[in-house]
Amino acid sequence: MTKFSTLSRQYWPTLVLFALLLASWQLAVSLGGIREYLLPSPLAVWHALWHGDTQWAQHLWTTTLEIIGAFFLAAGVGVALGVAIAWSPLMANALVPFLVFVNTLPKVAIAPLFLIWMGYGIFPNMLMGALIGFFPVVINTAVGLSQVEADMLDLGRVFNAPKWKIFAKIRIPNALPYILSALKITATAAVVGAIVGEFVASQKGLGYVIVTTQSSMNTSVAFASLIWISVVGLALYGAVVVAAQLWAPWAEGID
Amino acid sequence: MNKELIGLDRVGMTYEAASGPVEALAGISLRVGAGEFVSLVGPSGCGKSTLLRIVAGLRLATVGSVTVAGRAVRAPIPDIGMVFQAPVLLKWRSILQNVLLPAELAGQDAGALQARAEQLLDMAGLKGFADKLPRELSGGMQQRAALCRALLLDPPLLLMDEPFGALDAMTRDDMALELLRIWGERDLAREARKTVLFVTHSIAEAVFLSDRVVVMSPRPGRIAADLLIDLPRPRTVELRAAEAFGRLSLDIFRALSGRS
Repeated sequence: MTKFSTLSRQYWPTLVLFALLLASWQLAVSLGGIREYLLPSPLAVWHALWHGDTQWAQHLWTTTLEIIGAFFLAAGVGVALGVAIAWSPLMANALVPFLVFVNTLPKVAIAPLFLIWMGYGIFPNMLMGALIGFFPVVINTAVGLSQVEADMLDLGRVFNAPKWKIFAKIRIPNALPYILSALKITATAAVVGAIVGEFVASQKGLGYVIVTTQSSMNTSVAFASLIWISVVGLALYGAVVVAAQLWAPWAEGID
Repeated sequence: MNKELIGLDRVGMTYEAASGPVEALAGISLRVGAGEFVSLVGPSGCGKSTLLRIVAGLRLATVGSVTVAGRAVRAPIPDIGMVFQAPVLLKWRSILQNVLLPAELAGQDAGALQARAEQLLDMAGLKGFADKLPRELSGGMQQRAALCRALLLDPPLLLMDEPFGALDAMTRDDMALELLRIWGERDLAREARKTVLFVTHSIAEAVFLSDRVVVMSPRPGRIAADLLIDLPRPRTVELRAAEAFGRLSLDIFRALSGRS
């Protein structure tokens, strides 16, 4: 209860501002005579969310699957590459320039190639999300694994601890907050990647819905789709924030 | 002197820096007996911390020989406890789990040592803090936990690298007394105590704690003086005001500034 009251005290200005914006938007559209296909009123968007002909459930499911797949793919590959880089200088020398090159490519420009290689489907869109989101994970994992006090490593040497044990007991827990911090970026990137992938090639999904409304000028549906996308994005981001508080409570202010 | 524990014979160390070779230590010959408390004092950069690491086998001397308990040191040796200037505790582990870390790193059964770890924490005045995270403790308490960690496997030799250097002056004086108590100044026979090699910047700290104070010269570090601290044990706070305490401090000061 006290937590709720502090939350409400902190966020009431946000809520008030949001309500004011919605109200003035509604008034501007209904009194100002802005045409529906340019800017639908909040009420029209609300209607499209719940009463339109769009099969939201299946689009939502497809996009959510893509985003979650992209997120875990980026997390898994990112952590694996980060560990490889921190494990041996040889692998670091081999991998880092290559990864930097991949990261400088505009990933969006690769999306049409994915269509040629893999056709339509969920997987290429997952891959796009993962491609946009994995790089920060690699970097933060490698940094977190190496940011261990030299004295602590000396302690490991004194007791003749094998390298894997130093990783398991010292380096990996040390890297955890860094990784979780990168995953917040990955959560957002996964959403962008999945939607971009759907823009280029898809038959289902929230991005697909937006593309189809272009031709029909059904702007209220596009807005409704945007709301769903932000709901999924916020949920994933929130999950990472909660995971960080749960699994790395000692790491305040690492971001 | 008791049975020799540490033997350094004409130890020198040169390392490669970007600007060329740097001679950090030269011609260090030093014997430390079992149960002795020896402090190393010297100006910053004189290589006293390096010397400590050479004894631990964490760095290797470029010339000369190093023995601990009669065995030549050519790699890190496990029978030491190390305490650094920072507590260097793992932030995500409870104090108890931090104290047990050496057992895990050395591949020993940490569960079997839990009772000992708890006993050490009690002795260090950290009863009731076993389950806290390091950040919940003050700097002085964290450093006590680090001392418990160093003592867990009951090493015959304690290497301490400016362990109280980051603490405020009052905590520092308390910690000195505390260290002597844990060392067993009151309850252990001299042979039963651990050998301590203690690096410090503080002359008063060195005099208060030690049986001997070894003064080092600026780089390359050499032994400028080796002074016996013949003050009675157990040491007390009152001792700091004693005439002999001041005289010994002055001797060290003179040796440090090269005006003997």
